[in-house]
Amino acid sequence: MLKYLLEKEFKQFFRSRFLPKFVIVFPFVALAIFPLAVNFSIKKISLSVVDNSHSPYSGRLIQKIASSGYFRITTVAADYRQAIESVELDKADIVLEIPPRFEPELVNDRKTGVMISANTVNGMKGGLGSAYLASIMTDFSAEVRSEWIQGAGGEVIAAARIIPTFRYNPHMGYTIYMIPALMVMMLAMVCGFLPALNIVGEKEKGTMEQMNVTPVSKFQFILSKLIPFWIIGFVVLSVCFFVAWLFYGLVPTGHFSTIYLFASVFVLAFSGFGLVISNYANTIQQAMFMMFFVIITFIFLSGLYTPVTSMPDWAQSVSRISPLKYMMQVMRLVYLKGSTFHELVPQFIALSGFAVFFNGWAVWSYRKRG
Amino acid sequence: MNVIVAENLCKSFGSFKAVDRITFEVPQGEIFGFLGANGAGKTTAIRMFCGLSKPTSGKGSVAGFDIWKQPEQIKANIGYLSQKFALYEDLKVWENIRLYAGIYSVPAKEIGPKTDEILHRLGFTSERNTLVSELPLGWKQKLSFSVAVVHDPRIVFLDEPTSGVDPVTRRQFWELIYDAADRGITVFVTTHYMDEAEYCNRVSIMVDGKIEALDTPKKLKEQFEAKNMDEVFHQLARKARRNGA
Repeated sequence: MLKYLLEKEFKQFFRSRFLPKFVIVFPFVALAIFPLAVNFSIKKISLSVVDNSHSPYSGRLIQKIASSGYFRITTVAADYRQAIESVELDKADIVLEIPPRFEPELVNDRKTGVMISANTVNGMKGGLGSAYLASIMTDFSAEVRSEWIQGAGGEVIAAARIIPTFRYNPHMGYTIYMIPALMVMMLAMVCGFLPALNIVGEKEKGTMEQMNVTPVSKFQFILSKLIPFWIIGFVVLSVCFFVAWLFYGLVPTGHFSTIYLFASVFVLAFSGFGLVISNYANTIQQAMFMMFFVIITFIFLSGLYTPVTSMPDWAQSVSRISPLKYMMQVMRLVYLKGSTFHELVPQFIALSGFAVFFNGWAVWSYRKRG
Repeated sequence: MNVIVAENLCKSFGSFKAVDRITFEVPQGEIFGFLGANGAGKTTAIRMFCGLSKPTSGKGSVAGFDIWKQPEQIKANIGYLSQKFALYEDLKVWENIRLYAGIYSVPAKEIGPKTDEILHRLGFTSERNTLVSELPLGWKQKLSFSVAVVHDPRIVFLDEPTSGVDPVTRRQFWELIYDAADRGITVFVTTHYMDEAEYCNRVSIMVDGKIEALDTPKKLKEQFEAKNMDEVFHQLARKARRNGA
C-alpha cells in the first residue's frame, strides 16, 4: 500500500512546476547571496570632522582615522553645530571634534582630549564606531609618545602586547560562521514546511477525506508524506555542501557522515513538527501563519544571528525548546571545529528527544474521523 | 442479508441534532435512494456509515461491521464518492485508477487488466494518459465512480454524485450504477433530482434529521397520492422547519 502512495507523491512532486526547481535553486540562492549580504562587521562609518586646531598633529590624526578602513570622512564641518546638522541629514554617523588647543595641550601638557558624539539609533553601529575611534586615538597617542621618547634619546619601554590567536575561523569571517547555520535553515524549510503544506493542501482539495475513507492507516499515510521530503532534504543538504565548496571553498573540518547522521535526526524532528501543524490547520493560510510564528521564535532563540550565551538568562532557558539551536551548534562545530560524534552527544540526545516528541504528538493528533 | 443497518442512530453538534434517531435497513444488491433537502442531515448520516464521523448515540453496522468499533474494517469493504470531487487532479487517469486499486489491495497483477476494463467501460481508452484536471466535470464524476468501485466493494456510498452534471452524462452515470448493482454492489445514493429517485429500488426521505418516508417509489406515490416523486418530496419537504445549510 505504501508503495502506491509513495509512487503518487513522487509523480506529483516531479509533475509540479515549482517544487523540483525550488529544491535546487533555493539553496543556491540562499547560500550564495545571503551570507554576503548579511554581515555584522561594521564598515564605512560616516564621520564628520570638526578640526578646530588645524595643526600638523590634528592633520595626522585625521589621516590615521581615514586610513583605518572603518571610516569615511563625509563632511569636514566648520563648527560642532554644522557637524550635528550633517548627522541629522543622515550624512554622518559620528562627529569627531578636535579642540583648538589640541596641539599645545598634547605637546606641553602631555594630555589632551577630543569629543566623540555618535548617533546611536543603530546602537551597534554607533557603539562599535566610537569604540573603533577611541582605539585609534589610543594608538595615536602611543605613537606620538614613543616618538618623543626616542627623540629625547630615551629608551622605548616595550609595553606588553597581546597577540590573540583565533582558532577554527582564523579570519573571524562572519560568512564562514553563517553558512553552516544557513544550511540548517534550508533543511528546516524543506522538511518542515513542505510536507505540512502538502498535507493541508490535500485537506483543502478534499482528497484527504477520500483517503480517510480508505483502509490506509494513519501511520502509512504520514510515512508516505515524510519519506519523499526526507530524500529531498538530503538532496538539498548535498546541494548546500556543493555550493559552500564552490563559492567559499568551505569544506567541513569534521566528517560528512557526522553531519548526515545528525541531519537525519533533525529532519525527523522537524518534519514531525510540520505534521503537528498540518493536523491543526485546515487551510494553507492557517498553516503558513502557525509555521511562521513558531519558526521565527525558533530562529531568534537558535543563535543564528546572535550567540545564545549572550542572551539574558530567561531567554537562554527558553532557547532549549528550539531544535534549530542544537542543529546549528552541530553544523558549526563539525564544519569549523571538526567535532566528532563523542563531543556532540548532548546535542544528539536533545535532537532525538525532539524527534520523539513531535512525531508522537503528530500521530496522537491525527484523526481519521471527527 | 442486510448490509446497512441503522438503529436509532443520532448525531448532534452541540444542541443541534443533525441526524435524529434514524432506523432502517438496506439489503444486499439494492439501489437505495437517500433523499432530503439541503441540511436535512444526509451527508452527516453518510459520514457516520463510512467511518468518517462518530455517532452520538444509537447502533449501526455496515457490511456486517459495527460502526462504533470497526470503522477500519468497514473502510476496506466500501467505496465512497463525496460531494467534493476527490481524485488527484495532477495525476493521469490511469495513475488515479492504479493508486486507488493499490490502496484497496487489488493484487498488482490485476491492476493492469482492471484499468483497461474500466477505461473500456467508460469509453475513455483514448484518455488514459490525460491529466484528470483536463477532463470535463461529467467525465470526472464517471471516473470517480469507477475508481470508488475499483475493488468491488460490498457497498458504495454516493453523495450527490450527479450535481452539476448534464442530463446525458447523468443518464450514463446511472447506467454505471445499474451495472455495479448487477455485480452485486449495494448502492447508497443521495440526490436532488427526483427523476433519479424513480430509478432507485427503495427511497427514504429525510426531513430535519428524521426519516419521514421509506418505501419503493411506486408505493410512496400511492401513499401520498402523487403523480411523481417530485410531488412526494414537496409534500414532505414543506414540513421542514430548518433551512438549507
